[in-house]
Amino acid sequence: MLARMNRPSPGSGRIELHLPGEVGIWVFVLGDMAIFALFFAAYMVDRSVAVELYNASQQALNRTFGVINTLLLLTSSLFVVSGVSALRAGRARVAQRLLLGAMLCGLGFAVAKVVEYGEKLGQDITPYTNGFYMYYFMLTGIHFLHLTIGMGVLVLMFRAARQRQVTDEGLAFVECGATYWHMVDLLWIVLFPLLYFVR
Amino acid sequence: MSSLSTGPSIKALGKTRIGRIWLILVVATLFTWHFGSDTGDRSLATAVVIAVAFIKIRLVGNYFMEIREAPAALRCIFEGYCLFVCAMILGLYFLS
Repeated sequence: MLARMNRPSPGSGRIELHLPGEVGIWVFVLGDMAIFALFFAAYMVDRSVAVELYNASQQALNRTFGVINTLLLLTSSLFVVSGVSALRAGRARVAQRLLLGAMLCGLGFAVAKVVEYGEKLGQDITPYTNGFYMYYFMLTGIHFLHLTIGMGVLVLMFRAARQRQVTDEGLAFVECGATYWHMVDLLWIVLFPLLYFVR
Repeated sequence: MSSLSTGPSIKALGKTRIGRIWLILVVATLFTWHFGSDTGDRSLATAVVIAVAFIKIRLVGNYFMEIREAPAALRCIFEGYCLFVCAMILGLYFLS
């Protein structure tokens, strides 16, 4: 199978065709990205009929949370891609440390998001406040669900990296988990400017 | 060039291509924060931050998800997705 063929280090500069993980994870990831594209379109269409309301509501968001969360997810992705690379090279202990780093970043994202939600609810801002906040809570909430699942996947990837002998199947599982985690990062990269900066 | 495949360590990250990609992504995020918060031309700021977001997505996809090393079909779907969704968001923004 293609996925079982060459395994160059991510970003090593040497391009040899290969597909990380299994085909199934890519079908899932592309499907999820397509669903989010519909969410982005729905947000932009609804925004177009209430531009002033959306712009005024957006001003109440704390952009610092958005920036911190973006940096945390980018760093978690760096840890994951490096962890996969380490595992491919047979350095399981390094991979474990890197995956722990990714988990800590994910946890940081979750804490920041809960604090941000708390701040909004403390100001009596809820999904029922107006259309903008309905989208804000819905889109970030669905993304938060993806992140929570991703945290569980990172734990399973860590366990796979702790096996005495990492098999091809174990490595494929870790690659699938990494692909999912990067998708969580990728979706946030669009949500961040869409909710915090498009005015 | 130090490679993660031959000698991975946390210290070595900054010397790798992946480390440099991460650095570009961080700088792009900070640029979005600065430029997107600017109270000047909002249309320009929006167009720029959305364009930067999709450049970031291409970096994450191609280097972190290793799509640049994937079969052509996946590369085409991914590049098409980036182009289509970016154009859709900007199109809906400027039509509103």
